[in-house]
Amino acid sequence: MLAKRIIPCLDIKDGQTVKGINFLGLQNVGDPVELGRRYADEGADELVYLDISATLEGRKTFAQLVEKIAAGINIPFTVGGGIGSVEDAGLLLKAGADKVTVNSAAVRNPQLVSDIASRYGSQFIVVAIDAKTIDGRWVVTTHGGKRPTDKELFSWAREAEERGAGEILFTSMDHDGTKNGYPCDTFARLSEMLSIPIVASGGAGSVADIAEVLTVGRADAALAASIFHYGEIAIPDLKRQLAEQNINVRI
Amino acid sequence: MIAIIDYDTGNLCSVVNALGRLGAEYTVTSDPAVIRAAERVLLPGVGEARTAMARLRERGLAEVIPSLTQPVLGICIGLQLMCAHSEESDTPCMGIFANRVRKFPAGGLKVPHMGWNTIEGLSTPLFDGLTGGAYIYYVHSYAPEVNADTIATTTYGIPFSGAVARDNFFGTQFHPEKSGRTGELILQNFLKL
Repeated sequence: MLAKRIIPCLDIKDGQTVKGINFLGLQNVGDPVELGRRYADEGADELVYLDISATLEGRKTFAQLVEKIAAGINIPFTVGGGIGSVEDAGLLLKAGADKVTVNSAAVRNPQLVSDIASRYGSQFIVVAIDAKTIDGRWVVTTHGGKRPTDKELFSWAREAEERGAGEILFTSMDHDGTKNGYPCDTFARLSEMLSIPIVASGGAGSVADIAEVLTVGRADAALAASIFHYGEIAIPDLKRQLAEQNINVRI
Repeated sequence: MIAIIDYDTGNLCSVVNALGRLGAEYTVTSDPAVIRAAERVLLPGVGEARTAMARLRERGLAEVIPSLTQPVLGICIGLQLMCAHSEESDTPCMGIFANRVRKFPAGGLKVPHMGWNTIEGLSTPLFDGLTGGAYIYYVHSYAPEVNADTIATTTYGIPFSGAVARDNFFGTQFHPEKSGRTGELILQNFLKL
């Protein structure tokens, strides 16, 4: 049976992991390869590395880093942050990334999704969508939820699928960072509508939240950052507890 | 020395990296002489069956590969090309394995089949040290049917061959190079064959 996936997300700035980490015995918590390997050993099913560098120099460092990650990690990994063209995606493929995630650039230029999918295959492109409710409607946003766009969540998700996206990574900006759980009805609707996997992001504060989005919300995977980085929930404990609730996870 | 066959179907780096992590010596090549002389041969690849098969033929490799006598491992599309036929673009393949490669049936299931699934009914030394229920990583829309060459089965809506073997030829539909410790063990077993 296909397992539900647990995916830690690592933010990278100028080639180093940001956010504090409480891993015992980890020599260099800032080293994205070492941290990724540690997560892989703990049972992470995939990794996501997001480049949040603001400078050109930082971005160059990231491309070199992707090669090191590919050489050092034995599970699939996705990279994202600032991918604006087919060429950007191609360089990351060449460096060894299994998938790329596009967000704002795809909102500005939806053709980018079609172009990456037709060039490198649907399995290579994840469309990340940040949305929040405005007057009862799910509005797609950019710039970390600050800028609403004219796109609506469900129609944009469907368009992304039709253009060849292999997965949707959906973050509710109403829930992100709150640790109050996910909007499970919205995830369930997305999952029902689409025939590609849905990755749930933003809002997990507990094992129960993750269990709920994987069952009630019918998400195929859960992505989280801080609960793993700060050691609030360890991946082996999370998976054991999910398995106890009859959720199929890889242990 | 392991020959990793390069037939221009894209990214070989995950296989190259996995062998690097195991400390194996390898060369990336499309030269029939180098392939024939290698101790072991890996046929990786991503992409579409008809195009990939055409690229093997252009390089004369569609004749070379079936004649090899050392251990050969096909991965994903590499395995599919070693089967009899693929439904993808109705492509005749090398026919080393008798299996036909079929598209997952429509309806209910998400395709591509992507993520971690289990392998059952394991046989051959390729799976030494593993028992049924081990998780490995898949990304594919087509899969070889189950037949006498099947050495591991996975079920996704329907049962299909997760791996096949005949004589010195092996193939995995899953990606051992992305399957964590389990995948490393399978590759190590192949290196010991």
